[in-house]
Amino acid sequence: MKDLDLIVGPRVPKDLLKKERKRFLLPTVFLGGAAFLLLVSIFLPYWKLTLFAPQYPSGLQVQIYVNQVKGDVKEIDTLNHYIGMRSLTEAAPLERSLSIFLVAGIALLAFAAIYIHSPIALFFSIPALLYPVIFLADLYFWMWNFGTNLDPRAPLSGAVKPFVPPILGESKIAQFKTIASWDIGLYLAIVASIMIIIGLYFHRKAYKPLLESELQKATRED
Amino acid sequence: MKKNVLTRLFIAASVIGVLLFMMTCGKREAGQVVGNGDLKAIAEQRGLTPADLIAAAKTYVPTGKYDEYVMFSSGGHSGQVLVIGIPSMRLLKVLAVFTPEPWQGWGFSKETKDILKASYVDGKELTWGDTHHPALSETNGDYDGQFLFINDKANARTAVIDLRDFETKQIVKNPLSLSDHGGTFVTPNTEWVIEGGQYAMPWTGKYAPISKYKEEYRGMVTFWKFDRKKGRIIVEESFALELPPYWQDIADAGKKVSEGWVFMNSFNVEMSTGGVEKGNPPFEAGASQLDMDYLHVINLKKAAELFKAGKTKKINGFPVLTLDVAAKEGVLFFVPEPKSPHGADVTPDGNYIVVSGKLDPHATIYNFTKIKKAIEEKNFAGKDDYGIPIIAFDTAVETQIELGLGPLHTQFDPNGYAYTSLFLESAVARWTLGGPWTEKHGKEPWTLVDKISIHYNVGHIAVAEGDNVNPDGKYLVSLNKWAIDRFTGVGPLLPQNFQLVDISNPNGNMQLLYDMPIGIGEPHYAQIIKADKLKSWDVYPEIGWDPGTQSKSKYGIQAGEERIVRRGRTVEVFMTAVRSHYTPEHVEVRKGDRVIWHITNIERAKDATHGFALPYYNVNLSLEPGETQTIEFVADKAGVFPFYCSEFCSALHLEMAGYFLVKP
Repeated sequence: MKDLDLIVGPRVPKDLLKKERKRFLLPTVFLGGAAFLLLVSIFLPYWKLTLFAPQYPSGLQVQIYVNQVKGDVKEIDTLNHYIGMRSLTEAAPLERSLSIFLVAGIALLAFAAIYIHSPIALFFSIPALLYPVIFLADLYFWMWNFGTNLDPRAPLSGAVKPFVPPILGESKIAQFKTIASWDIGLYLAIVASIMIIIGLYFHRKAYKPLLESELQKATRED
Repeated sequence: MKKNVLTRLFIAASVIGVLLFMMTCGKREAGQVVGNGDLKAIAEQRGLTPADLIAAAKTYVPTGKYDEYVMFSSGGHSGQVLVIGIPSMRLLKVLAVFTPEPWQGWGFSKETKDILKASYVDGKELTWGDTHHPALSETNGDYDGQFLFINDKANARTAVIDLRDFETKQIVKNPLSLSDHGGTFVTPNTEWVIEGGQYAMPWTGKYAPISKYKEEYRGMVTFWKFDRKKGRIIVEESFALELPPYWQDIADAGKKVSEGWVFMNSFNVEMSTGGVEKGNPPFEAGASQLDMDYLHVINLKKAAELFKAGKTKKINGFPVLTLDVAAKEGVLFFVPEPKSPHGADVTPDGNYIVVSGKLDPHATIYNFTKIKKAIEEKNFAGKDDYGIPIIAFDTAVETQIELGLGPLHTQFDPNGYAYTSLFLESAVARWTLGGPWTEKHGKEPWTLVDKISIHYNVGHIAVAEGDNVNPDGKYLVSLNKWAIDRFTGVGPLLPQNFQLVDISNPNGNMQLLYDMPIGIGEPHYAQIIKADKLKSWDVYPEIGWDPGTQSKSKYGIQAGEERIVRRGRTVEVFMTAVRSHYTPEHVEVRKGDRVIWHITNIERAKDATHGFALPYYNVNLSLEPGETQTIEFVADKAGVFPFYCSEFCSALHLEMAGYFLVKP
């Protein structure tokens, strides 16, 4: 067996595929579904922050997408300048410019795992598996970065000490109550992550016996 | 009868229950003490009757709730327009129109100064207006909530207000006359804005002795062409009709069957020229000698065709359809009307014209179908001195109804009732229309059915949507000239009194609900529109907006584009305003420099308006979110001038300031 064959793994004989359709369909469905959900999530918000204050009866909201920030960005920036926080538009420039390619790449890798009938498929799906955690870690990094790097010359810098806004749940700053919550995009990514785990389980179930028998065959031939 | 009393008691009890509920709610929510919650005790202590409590419940609009209707009222001598919520009678806004107004920066910025300047007579500054009759734009005869027009009687001017931002966009000066009264009224699709003159005079700028009154003095009505898309009157496509010097009064546009026609009163067909000091009868007597004045019936459709065909003559550079052409082509007809008339109001179906003479207790109802027939058959009783055909009174009249003393203006409801103000009697009369309207009310047609006293001396009345093809009824506002004893004394100049009347029950009595003092001028007419027809902007659509053109200003900038540019002795400043600072905060020039200063409010939040006040140079601007305004002046005094934000914009509002430094 060649190295490449080892990575890609054995192909499924046609008669076996016909006989045990479900066995080989399940990993395809879960891994493919995960890839699809990841692609869809690019167009959906991942995280949102809602602010309430007496003078904003219907609240203010920002929604974070992988590549953009939407909502009352201008107004929140105007308010943030009082505590010396940088404009939201300055956050995560690299991530935002690359995110579409990265997420699409992660999804493609997960999709590619369908055609890899060896344990290497695990490495192809790991990015998709870990992606929600990576996103949240990056979000936390920028929260920390923004919240702890306040301009000391800002009008209210004496009143508001540096802080790290939570990535989930309620907090209070000056007259604002803020509610941070995860949004549909992130939920899709988490579902994709779970589907990857399930997909890998079925993957192992489907291809491990096949691979083992191939390997046995190869040793015999040697 | 007994059942009626029971019903009333039940209503009163329900109202008390509702009030009690509201009070407990209020107590819980706002944490305010509103007495002990015992409504009866409060009513007793304040001397309120059950009827008062019902009136209170019908008008009270709790915090955060909106009014059902919005009334646009003339602001009288203030030269402004009042915006009032109904039924709460809360003053929502005062719109600057003909008069400089500091809060709105009206007449301070270059953009707004230019609008005012365009309406000056020979460039002479006018700093007031006598606003009379607001007219909401209409589509198919119904208010569409897009534009508002209003006239200035004192200087014969017509203004256009855009109801997206409630700001005046244009003021046109009548080129022929110095006074107007028959304006503004619009045709059913707002193709034309009607402005009728009042005091006859030689055309503006011309002198003629009063002995030449009949030959040289003239009345007029101007038809301003309105372009809805541009939101402007197109002066080049407008024209006027020459009228005899009969002192024309109020007008109304025909609708439905009478669409394309205009009706207008007059009150001095005697052509009295006054001169009481010379032993002549004073105007008040001279103009009231004859029993009849003339209702003017104008074929606007025909007049517009003649104008298009070039049959007009340029007077003061403005096309005028002269009397001889009007007589020859059948544009103008007269119908006798009881002397000293004031109202000429067309019914919602367009078929009847209600005219009320101040000195005649009747409302005279003309039938348009009869008028049209007489015109078609050339059934005329004669001609006036200017060759205009006269239709006999009996030929045109449907009926006359005795309403009371001093009937003035009439409005309508959806149930076939008409409402007429009675000036001398200080009352409002409700009466039934006839013809096809009889089916709606099922009562004796053309009959007085109810009357309510008002306080005092009512001029116009306004019923909700009561002068369009689709009246709403429900509320009537009586615009009273005198208040006498209605309010606490505030010196010898008393406020006017707007009284809200409930007319929602056609089978019961009208009920007086509320008195609203108006302390800024003598309003004349008002119109009431359903609030949900108004589609007002929250903020200007884009940053750098010029409300004067309703488009992006070329002087509008974004954050980061602020700059000061010097060209010779001209210094141009591009400034932004945002909570809570201007950029730049230092503006330095040399004495004698010409300063052109553009300020853009780059906010997008609702209500985040900034002011800009510059002492000595007499500047105060209102910069609403997105708006760009410009000031232009010569820095003629050396020194240091602190400028500041004059709207309390934020917690650091006081810090929103800067220095204008003028080096000697």
